Amino acid sequence: MTTENGVSLAARGLTRVYRRGIEEIQALDGVTLQIRRGEFVAFMGPSGSGKTTLVNLLGCLDNPSSGELDLAGRSIFGNGKILGERELTRIRREVFGYIFQNFYLIPTLTVRENVALPLAFYHKPGVEGEVERLLGMLGMEHRMDHLPGQISGGEMQRVAIARALVNRPEILLADEPTGNLDTKRSGEIGEVLQDLNRNAGITIVMVTHNPGLAKLGGRLIEMRDGQAYEN
Amino acid sequence: MISRFQIAYKNLLRKKARTLLTLVGIMLSAWVLVSLLGFNRGYESALNRDIDNMGYQLMVMAKGCPYEAATMMLQGGTGLRYIEQSMVDSIVNRPEVDKVTPILMQAFFDPDKGDGGGIAGYFGVEAATFPAMKPFFRFRQGGWFHDEQALEAVMGFEAAELEQREVGDPILVPEKNVQLKVVGILERTGTQDDGTIFVPLKTLQKISAIDKITTIGIKVKKDADTTKLETSLYQLPDVQVVSFTQVKQTIMKLVATARVMVLSIAIIALLIAMVGVVNTILMSVLERLQEIGILKTMGAMPSDIFFLVWTETLILCSCGGVAGIGLAFVFARLSDILVRRVLPYAPGGELVAIDLKLALLTLAVIVVVGLLSGIYPAWKAGRVRPLESIRGE
Repeated sequence: MTTENGVSLAARGLTRVYRRGIEEIQALDGVTLQIRRGEFVAFMGPSGSGKTTLVNLLGCLDNPSSGELDLAGRSIFGNGKILGERELTRIRREVFGYIFQNFYLIPTLTVRENVALPLAFYHKPGVEGEVERLLGMLGMEHRMDHLPGQISGGEMQRVAIARALVNRPEILLADEPTGNLDTKRSGEIGEVLQDLNRNAGITIVMVTHNPGLAKLGGRLIEMRDGQAYEN
Repeated sequence: MISRFQIAYKNLLRKKARTLLTLVGIMLSAWVLVSLLGFNRGYESALNRDIDNMGYQLMVMAKGCPYEAATMMLQGGTGLRYIEQSMVDSIVNRPEVDKVTPILMQAFFDPDKGDGGGIAGYFGVEAATFPAMKPFFRFRQGGWFHDEQALEAVMGFEAAELEQREVGDPILVPEKNVQLKVVGILERTGTQDDGTIFVPLKTLQKISAIDKITTIGIKVKKDADTTKLETSLYQLPDVQVVSFTQVKQTIMKLVATARVMVLSIAIIALLIAMVGVVNTILMSVLERLQEIGILKTMGAMPSDIFFLVWTETLILCSCGGVAGIGLAFVFARLSDILVRRVLPYAPGGELVAIDLKLALLTLAVIVVVGLLSGIYPAWKAGRVRPLESIRGE
C-alpha cells in the first residue's frame, strides 16, 4: 500500500496539543516527514520530546490537533477531519501491526493463542497457517503451548512481534520494543526487526532510547521539543 | 485459531476465586428461583389432586369450623364432632346427589410411631359405597373387606410401608388393643390416603364404642347445581357443609400471601446476584483496560469488545444458572421436606414440581437478567480508547 513514488506515510505539519487542566502541552509541533515503503525508521529523543506522540499519530492511534496525514496517498487526517474509533480501527487492522515495551500478552492464553488473537477480530484473507509460520520464523515453535508466564522477556517480545505480524501488516510500529529487555535480548529483538525489514520488506517505524537499536534502522530521526530533525 | 468464546472463557479464569464467588451467587439465586417457581406450581397441582382425589365434592359434618374440619379430614386429625348415621338416608335421595358414603374418622395415639409416638389415622368406611368414590384406588395386594363387620383393615401405601405389613399380617389398633387382619394394601396415590388405615365402618364404630359417624361424603351428579344442594343441606340440623372448591380457594389465598413474600425474597436474591455480576465484570474490565486497548490496536471494533465482555457475562450466568437448577433438581426432595415443615397444611405428592420447561424458563430469566447486568461493563469496555488505555490514563 504505497503511492506511485513508493511513499507509505506522509505527514505535513502534524501538531498535537494536550490539555491538562488549564495547561496546554504542545507534544508535537508541526512535524513534516515522509516514510517510504520498506524503510526502517527509528525515532530517538529524550522523554517528552514527542516521539511516541508522533508514532501514535502515524499509526492512527490518535487524531492530530492540526496537520495532515496521508496513508498510501489517501488522506487520513487533514482539514480538521477527525476520525471516529471505528474508522481508525478499520485503518489500523488493515495496515498496521503494533509492538509495545510491555508486550501486553494475555496471561491465560498460550503463546499460540496470543499470536492468533487478532484473527478472532479480523482475519485478512490468505493468513491461514501464519501463526505457526511466524512462531517458527521467530524461533518460538517449541514454546507454542506455553503460557506467557512460562517464557522469558525476550521470548515474550518475540510472541508480541508474531502477534503484530499475523495479519500481514504493511507497517510495523514499535514503541520502545526493547525497553524491558537486557542488552542481549535487546540485540536479539533488534536482529529480528532488521530481518523482518530486509527479508520480508515490512516497513518499520520504531521509537527507542537504545542507540544500538536505532542504528539498525536505515534512517534515524531525532525528536526535540515536538519537532523532528533528520541528518 | 482461538474463538471469541474461548477468549471470554479464559478471561474468567484469571481471577478464579472472584469468578467462583460470582458463580455461587448466581447459582444460589437460580436455586431459590426455580425452587420457588416449582413450589408455586407443585403446591397448586398437589392441592388440586388431593381435593379431586377425595372423590366427593361436598362433605357434611357436625357444626364447627368447616376449614378446620376439612384440614383435619385431609390430615386425619382428632377431636371432631359426630353426626347421626341416619342422616345419610335423608341425603342420598336428593336429585343432585350421585353417591353418598358415611365415614367415621378416628385417631389413636400410637407410642411406637415415629420417635416420640404419633397419631395413627383410621377411617371407618363402607366397602359398599366408599370404593365407588375412589375409582382410582388400585390394590398392590389383596382387596376390600369381606364383610362390613369384619376385623379387617386395608392399608394405604405409606402406612403399610411404615408398619411393614403385608396382606395376612395382623395390626393392633393402638389404645384399643384390638387386632385386625390386613386384607388389602393400596398402591401409592400421592394423597393423604397413602398414610391412612381403612377399617369397615361398623368395626371401627364397635372398637370406638360410637354408633355415629363424623362425615358424609357426597358426590354430586354431573352438571347438577352444587350451590343449590349446599343450600338445601344447610336445612339439616346442626350440620356444616364443606365445599372442597371453597376449601381449595381459601388455602390458595393463604398460600398466595406467603408466595408473594417468598417471591419478593427471590427477586431480592436475584438483584443481589445481579449486583455481583456487575461488580465482577466491571472490575474485570477496569483491570484489563490496557489489554482492551491492545485488542483495539489489533483490529477489535467497539462492538467486538462489547460482545466479548457480554460473552463473559453470558458464560457466568449460564453456568451459574445451570448449576443452580441442577442443585434444585437434586435437592427438590429436601426442599419438599423443608416446605412441609413450614406450611400448616401441605397436600400429598410432590410439592416442589420442577420440570424441564420450568428449568429452561428459570435459565432464561437468569441469563436475561445477567445480560442486562452486563450491559454497563460491556459498554464501558467498548468505549475504551486504545491510546489512553495503553498509556494507563
